[in-house]
Amino acid sequence: MPGSYFDVDGTLVRTNLVHPTLYYLANQANPYLSAKKLGRALLMAPRMMVAEMVDRRTFNELLFSTFEGISHDRLEVLADDCFETVIKKALHPHARDFVQRCVDLGHDVVIISGALDFLMTRLAQYLGAHHVIANRLEIKDNHATGRLLRPVVAGPEKARLIREHARGQGHDLEECFAYSDSYSDVPMLSVVGHPACVNPDARLRQLAKAYSWPVVDLT
Amino acid sequence: MSNPLVVTLDRKSAPRTIFSGDRLIEVDMPPGTRVFYPRPPMEGLKDVDAAIRYALNHPVGMDPLHALLRPGMKVTIAIDDISLPLPPMRRPDIRERVLTIVLQTLADHAVEDYEMIIATSVHRRMTADEVRHVVGDKIFDAHWPDRLYNHDAEDAKNMVEICTTEQGEIVEINRRAAESDLIIYVNLNLVPMDGGHKSVSVGLCGYKSLRSHHNPKVMRDCHSYMDPKSSALATSVERMGQQMEKHLKVFHIETTVNNRMFDDPLAFLGKNEDDLTGRERAALKALTFTLSKLPQPARQAIFQRVPSPYGVTGVFAGACEPVHELTLAKSYEQYAVPIKGQADILVSGIPYISPYNVNSFLNPLLVQVMAQGYLFNLYKGVPMVKKGGTMIICHPCTDQFDNDHHAPYIEFVHRLLPETRDAMELHKRFEKKFASNPAYIEMYRFGNAYHPAHPFFMWYWGEAGRQWLGRVIVVGADNEYIPKLLGYETARSMPEALEMARDTAPRDPSITMLHIPPIAVAESSA
Repeated sequence: MPGSYFDVDGTLVRTNLVHPTLYYLANQANPYLSAKKLGRALLMAPRMMVAEMVDRRTFNELLFSTFEGISHDRLEVLADDCFETVIKKALHPHARDFVQRCVDLGHDVVIISGALDFLMTRLAQYLGAHHVIANRLEIKDNHATGRLLRPVVAGPEKARLIREHARGQGHDLEECFAYSDSYSDVPMLSVVGHPACVNPDARLRQLAKAYSWPVVDLT
Repeated sequence: MSNPLVVTLDRKSAPRTIFSGDRLIEVDMPPGTRVFYPRPPMEGLKDVDAAIRYALNHPVGMDPLHALLRPGMKVTIAIDDISLPLPPMRRPDIRERVLTIVLQTLADHAVEDYEMIIATSVHRRMTADEVRHVVGDKIFDAHWPDRLYNHDAEDAKNMVEICTTEQGEIVEINRRAAESDLIIYVNLNLVPMDGGHKSVSVGLCGYKSLRSHHNPKVMRDCHSYMDPKSSALATSVERMGQQMEKHLKVFHIETTVNNRMFDDPLAFLGKNEDDLTGRERAALKALTFTLSKLPQPARQAIFQRVPSPYGVTGVFAGACEPVHELTLAKSYEQYAVPIKGQADILVSGIPYISPYNVNSFLNPLLVQVMAQGYLFNLYKGVPMVKKGGTMIICHPCTDQFDNDHHAPYIEFVHRLLPETRDAMELHKRFEKKFASNPAYIEMYRFGNAYHPAHPFFMWYWGEAGRQWLGRVIVVGADNEYIPKLLGYETARSMPEALEMARDTAPRDPSITMLHIPPIAVAESSA
């Protein structure tokens, strides 16, 4: 049975990691807390922008550090709302059918994303995907520390995680599929036998042309 | 009496000018070579609209169209896609003229529940502009995209199994058509392998049905695609069509066109080089020179953006088989050229176009389709070349593909062909999995790509030729890699290719050259 590995942001949904994060920050216990968290995030914005250009992993770590101090209960309570109001509404029109086609073909469908696991499990459930590989917040004393547990899911690490997952599930990587929209996911696309670019950015589109990878538009 | 369409060259004969992709090349053929030319275009019908009305009112084997209609009924009109004719027909396309009259007839009989489906099967979806070209502005603006749209063979909920033949062939077609009280099929017949039962049972079917006949075994049993009676493919399609029409009512409208592929300024391309006037000879030289200097996109634009001024030679309507008999007769009248004796060596240029690269590049897999599929099969009777003989083709075999239209072809050529050229092995080991690749399916359904099963079908299309021919030698390839993948040898020039072919041919081999396009079908006997 082949595995089908799906990146999420830009690939299946039009939002990125920032949108659900903002939703969380804007929905704290009271308006003062929300304003404080959003203000702190705003101050960090220039550093995040630089990090995004240099290294996706650093960007993820900076972004999710804004979750520091949020209780585990709150993370879970808001997850349903955040999924419904932010992620589900942003799904590309053909995304669900596309994933379903892979499920119908008997593929082991895996969501692999730099987003947070409690949101990605909800997305996986909605799409019918079987597994989730996503970032996990460190929780201490029932509160997020603002740090990510290792391994951080981003860039080349995704390729290693796919290899590891495929080996664990007994999938032949040559038979596996991977889908992404971003040039930063080239390592992940390169480890499988059947890569495909979904709504690709300009650099990935160019690469897809050079490598003759299929280009799919789910929008 | 000698046949002016089969010319035997002598020492004084001028060089022949043939296509090598979108260029023209001059080749000196040895004395004794027989060159096989197409018939001149037949006279087109003077009043096409009158012929359409006459056919609808005087159909064969069925009541007139108006007698089949009643208010409130559900009708589906299926239309041949843009793979025919080649190049596309100058507007108004005959399909527009037929549709205009059919829609008027439906309106006259208060038939409001009708939809038009472009019968693409697993071909790529036609773009809006291409559909507009075929059906005309008025029909397009009034119906696209809600009541005029492309068939989608992968839309599982809109496909339905009608029946299964005794041979186990699954007949599955578009649900809208299957649930209609009447299907009207609007065909444009370019060559004898088009039309008939192929129209509905292939045009509106899916992969499940196509697998029954588009496979290496059936293709190996095809002894000429251009003669339906000798084609196992046509036999299977006919069987499925007959079964299907036990369940569905289909009113077939078939049309034939002449072979006026080139307009007057270029009409000399179909003529014997020795018969060209001084002006035509100069024009041919100028065209050959110009094409040799232009970049490829410009050459493609010259040939593909100029539609052809085909004349309509026949309109027939009614029940499938009697209609198709008339169509075939008209088709042979235009194309069939009697030729006696099989050659040891068959020579042909490969032109820039095939049914599968309208508005895109003729990629290497399609070069193979043209050589061992279409051109080898342009006969009725026996093949133009002896069993085990050599085919020499002229084409650059450039490693270039259209990334949108032919995405799955690229992987087929560069990933599967290096593994094996054996059609049976490709079929058994790779086809099913490849044909379900979700990315390619998505590109077929919502982009403009051919279905991922299509490159396999294209390879099988060359199977009969591959089994028959001993060797294929390419003249003018711009690389060694692609010809090798296709199983071809390469030569730098025609004399070198002929020299190579002589190595495995009898002494003083007979040579036949196909001088196409325009299209001709050899009515050949041993």
